[in-house]
Amino acid sequence: MKLTGAEILCESLTRLGVREIFGYPGGAILPVYDALGKSKLHHVLVRHEQGATHMADGYARASGGIGVAMATSGPGATNMVTGIATAMMDSSPVVCITGQVSSKVLGSDAFQEIDITGITMPITKHNVVITKAEDIARTIREAFLIANGGRPGPVLVDITKDAQQASADFNWEASEPKLPPKRLRNNHDQAEFDRAVEMLNTAKRPIILAGHGIMVSGAMRAFEQFVRAGNYPVAMTLLGIGCFPANDPLNLGMMGMHGEAWVNNAIQEADLLIAVGMRFDDRVTGDLRTYAKSARKIHIEIDRAEINKNVRVDVALIGDAREVLEKLTPHIETRDHGAWINHIAELKGDSAVRDIQSLPDNGHLYAAHVINDIWKETGGEAIVVTDVGQHQMWEAQYYHHNRPRTLITSGGLGTMGFALPAAIGAKFARPGSEVWVVVGDGGFQMTMSELATIVQEKINVKIAIINNGYLGMVRQWQEFFYDKRYVATPLVAPDFAALANAFGIRGERVTKRAEVVPIIQSARESDETVLIDFRVEQEDSVYPMVAAGASLSDMIRRPNNPLVETATEP
Amino acid sequence: MQTLVAYVENKPGVLNRVSSLARRLAINIDSLTVGPTENEEIARMTIVAHTDERGAHRLEASLEKLVDVLLAENISTRALLERDLALIKVSADQQNRPHLMELIKVFRARVVDVAPESLIIEVSGTVDKIDGLLEVLRPFGVLEMARTGRISMTRGGDLLQPPAAEPVNSELESASSNVT
Repeated sequence: MKLTGAEILCESLTRLGVREIFGYPGGAILPVYDALGKSKLHHVLVRHEQGATHMADGYARASGGIGVAMATSGPGATNMVTGIATAMMDSSPVVCITGQVSSKVLGSDAFQEIDITGITMPITKHNVVITKAEDIARTIREAFLIANGGRPGPVLVDITKDAQQASADFNWEASEPKLPPKRLRNNHDQAEFDRAVEMLNTAKRPIILAGHGIMVSGAMRAFEQFVRAGNYPVAMTLLGIGCFPANDPLNLGMMGMHGEAWVNNAIQEADLLIAVGMRFDDRVTGDLRTYAKSARKIHIEIDRAEINKNVRVDVALIGDAREVLEKLTPHIETRDHGAWINHIAELKGDSAVRDIQSLPDNGHLYAAHVINDIWKETGGEAIVVTDVGQHQMWEAQYYHHNRPRTLITSGGLGTMGFALPAAIGAKFARPGSEVWVVVGDGGFQMTMSELATIVQEKINVKIAIINNGYLGMVRQWQEFFYDKRYVATPLVAPDFAALANAFGIRGERVTKRAEVVPIIQSARESDETVLIDFRVEQEDSVYPMVAAGASLSDMIRRPNNPLVETATEP
Repeated sequence: MQTLVAYVENKPGVLNRVSSLARRLAINIDSLTVGPTENEEIARMTIVAHTDERGAHRLEASLEKLVDVLLAENISTRALLERDLALIKVSADQQNRPHLMELIKVFRARVVDVAPESLIIEVSGTVDKIDGLLEVLRPFGVLEMARTGRISMTRGGDLLQPPAAEPVNSELESASSNVT
């Protein structure tokens, strides 16, 4: 069967199970858009190509499948760079398809020509240029295989316009992926495995560090069996949240820079760290010289390059988290860690007293209250997509996720502007789920043009803007480390409710705590998108905090009597 | 200094991926040689990098994550044969030519081009040997020099061969579908 390259692309994507493509048309990708119009694929028109990549990323994270983003050559492709890097840092399987000028003029600085494979080389798992129609089907299949195989990541496929226009035989069976043969490595030998078992069975104060890899590997059940077998307390990374229920007594909560004090202290006192599908990011470890000094360390990780990268480990069990955990669990003999678990409970100390939830109502509206109320009202069942900053940390602390893939957040790259488009992608992936966007007034203004995408696609997400009139996390650093010199952090914003109205979206503003629950309830009753502008305390800070590069033991705690100023109308 | 060997797909852009990776990891490459193997679809690289064992592990593991890299291995601690090749153009007049020829003989080098005012000397061997020859040639006037960089091979039965093609795992591909 003869098809054009553009038709082959659409047919291949359809056969790979793609339903939605997030993209923006332009000259060098027009043949594909013409074919898209004749296909069953649904194209979501974004307002900026960065939004397309975040949507594909949100789609991938919410579904566990692959998200697809599309753009034209030149600026269309370069606008994708931030979204691709975001997906790379958080191991999210995204396939980006870009148009490219015709192969005859490649390298001639033609209109809208840019070397996007050169630009994205360090931020993709793989990228490739296609110049022939007959290569399209096989290459797209390879791109999907690479994106979701092993440790997932983004793949960019750049297709020249002449390859889109040329005709070629389309034969799906004959276009099987042909990836270069890889050396099969022996992941870990028996001796190493036995040493891990010996450590697990002799540890007195073990603690699990649970990461995103558990979710990626689909190891939730195997992980739970492992935890139960050893009665291990579990600390979560930001991206690990959801891989083990928050309401389980063994789940201690988040570790790291804004982790709970007792979690960080438990890590510092532990005699065994069992790291699963996590990479000892600097936001998790703090100062490496003082990190978990008395602990032996087992690292269960699929990516060899992560072993001993930041923290030297005693045993590395390289492999898929599920396979390794399933192999380990039957060997666990010791589960008597009651004294240690009781001790961790004691480490909580006055944390509850310092918790902002425990402070008497002083009439002020705090972000933590808003997020905690969203958690209560949604029964913890919503998919929450956050941006980056204070609200992101408060979400991790005050929205308790019991199920995997319900917290979607940019961890590694920390990309502001991620939340709104990623939530749109998540909604397409899980149309039956309630999706909440929790976003700051700064990050929202980076990608708020995607409100138009929401309206055009008639989708239903709830948007909670945690509006403190500052770039809050940067302001907090300025407060703590720059003597309150608030340079470039006070932030003027439009009237978000009126802005929503201008897009045709219901907008609300909340300034008092008593209004929070009713407005959440009212928003949930609506079948349409609702935007709520929560005017919260302006100079609240996220506690506890481990300063960048400081020891995990050295936490800045919330003062018992916080001096807070009243939120003011701008 | 660490020595790695990599087998890579013999196609455009692969060298860029490898060198770009080293740059991203902030690892300085001392020499990188690449050439086809007996299988023309596969090229072999020898990478000599300014880094420690830990950096070499990171480079090795990260290289193997590249789709076009079939195998990467740090061979620094193994029994190795190492060769570097240099072409050295040196000033030579009637007077000093016999002296030059003596030195060339001692170093088991060869004269591959003779001109009235100069010679081109070809020498291969370890880096130390070539550096040694260069040192003694300097007083004569080294006009030009080209070096290949190091190639390395493990000795004897310690084989480092590219992996053979394996059948495609079609199960993996279907799992990559985004229907959930």
